[in-house]
Amino acid sequence: MIELRDVKKVFNQGRGNELWAVRGVTLDLEPRQVTVFKGPSGSGKTTLLSMIGALSRPTSGRISLDGTLLSNLPERFMTQVRRSTFGFVFQRFNLIRGLTVLENVMLPAYPLAPDYGDLRHRAHALLTQFGMEAKASDKVEWLSGGEAQRAAICRALINGPRILIADEPTANLDSARSRELVGLLGELQDLGKTVLVASHDPLVFESARVSRVVELRDGLLAEDA
Amino acid sequence: MREFLRRQRYLIDYSLSALARRPGKHLALLLVYTLVVFLLASVMLFTQSLRREAALVLAQSPEIILQRQMAGRHDLMPTEYLDRIGRIRGVSAKYGRLWGYFYDPAARANYTLMVPPPGSPEYREPAPGEIVIGAGIARTRGLDVGDYLSLRSARGEPFAFRVAALLPHSTELVSTDLMLLGAGDFRRFFAFPPDRFTDIVLQVRNPREVRKVAEKLSLALPDTRPILREEILRTYDAVFGWRQGLVFVLMGGMVLAFVIFAWDRAAGLSFDERREIGILKSIGWETADVLRMKFWEGAILSLTAFFLGYLLAYAHVFYLAAALFEPVLKGWAVLYPDFRPIPFVDGLQIATLFFFTVFPYTVATIVPIWRAAVTDPDAVMR
Repeated sequence: MIELRDVKKVFNQGRGNELWAVRGVTLDLEPRQVTVFKGPSGSGKTTLLSMIGALSRPTSGRISLDGTLLSNLPERFMTQVRRSTFGFVFQRFNLIRGLTVLENVMLPAYPLAPDYGDLRHRAHALLTQFGMEAKASDKVEWLSGGEAQRAAICRALINGPRILIADEPTANLDSARSRELVGLLGELQDLGKTVLVASHDPLVFESARVSRVVELRDGLLAEDA
Repeated sequence: MREFLRRQRYLIDYSLSALARRPGKHLALLLVYTLVVFLLASVMLFTQSLRREAALVLAQSPEIILQRQMAGRHDLMPTEYLDRIGRIRGVSAKYGRLWGYFYDPAARANYTLMVPPPGSPEYREPAPGEIVIGAGIARTRGLDVGDYLSLRSARGEPFAFRVAALLPHSTELVSTDLMLLGAGDFRRFFAFPPDRFTDIVLQVRNPREVRKVAEKLSLALPDTRPILREEILRTYDAVFGWRQGLVFVLMGGMVLAFVIFAWDRAAGLSFDERREIGILKSIGWETADVLRMKFWEGAILSLTAFFLGYLLAYAHVFYLAAALFEPVLKGWAVLYPDFRPIPFVDGLQIATLFFFTVFPYTVATIVPIWRAAVTDPDAVMR
């Protein structure tokens, strides 16, 4: 269970360009569900997801995961929680160019220093699961948008996270690929993962595989706005 | 411990791939870095080798040389001074020497003419009309054993000497311009007074007695000046040290240019590199992991440059006889010794060079990388 209590986030505080991206969100998120945060650009979806995923801290308010307060943890522990609990799929995939698909997938595990044979085996298993085995030794810049997205999902799952966070995952995909992606996210839910998605794509938030839709507007839940 | 080593292996693996992904930037840096290490190491290895060579050769020279002074200038030594010195405790041998300089207009070079000291284990006094010459003279005048060398004496008389032997190659650093001849020939050639020597040398077996003997000589013969072997060694040391310093100063500008280049290349992270660091942090790398990875990147580059530069310098100095620095560092006016330094590596010297090349590079690059590494990982989401 993820609990958010009056979470706020401000950028450039005290300067002329101060921006309140999230202005007080209180929310409980159930495990093993596909939850979509929808809303227009600038509504605070990505900022909220980055705070839930321990990529950044709230300016005020509290975020806890299964009773453990995340928002107060020092950076080192936040990183540990991030890499063991969360997997991230970014809007622009953020794969590292020049490396192969396999190397990109294994990358989040490097600081944990697992046995190299085991790590390769895990990465190949994920690539097979997502239909990317044939591309394992291709450089990521040769991949199509859909393939890059699937490689990014494999990378997000390499450390066996419980929660997958996807930020606008269909922004760079055509309709067929977008539907395919939603199907993949549903499969992850079937595997017991919690999936949190930020999207303003109707193909995503209107999908039958989505368990819950949370609407944001101007940094607040739509019902509070 | 095993996990620590495995983590370093993963980080080194990633660093190597990062180096290979930007070959242009890293090759240029490696090239310049190697060149700087090569030049500095060449000067250090060569100077050190020269000092060592000089010390080895001079180790066999007499402990004390006694010169007569006249109005503060070197004057010829009366032969009777040998008797006036008498018996001094600790002196195992004493004899007068005959040596001088001769300018050969044909070669436009100065030679050192010398009569081998009596009882010299290496060189017997050449027979009348014969000479033994250093390799520099042999090269310049195209002489070999059995050939004749014709010289015009100070009085304008022609002299023809037969080359009886060449001096060994191993002493060339100090014997390249040397010409050994008999005492009779020497005196005739220079019209040298029969009751004079150039100077007197004394052998003292116990090194701790050398200064005491020198003191006694100064008292017994107040118009003379004793020169100790250790002073000559110190002078050689200072001369080669000074030349090394001179070359280092000339290289200072180049080293500074390298530091600026390295700073610009290694520290000025490109947009792609910053983005890469952001991605690594967002997928679970700690700031320390990023710093360690970048440390390995710098270490691989600088160690490669260091070893390449040092090995090239070693080959340059000991196999190609330091062709680039020969004129500056050896400093012979006309006859350059064809001198092949004995391979010699000093641990302290390597450590010094390492400290002055690898350390500044690492420091110059780590600060900007640290600044990029501490950025919030959510930057890649925005």
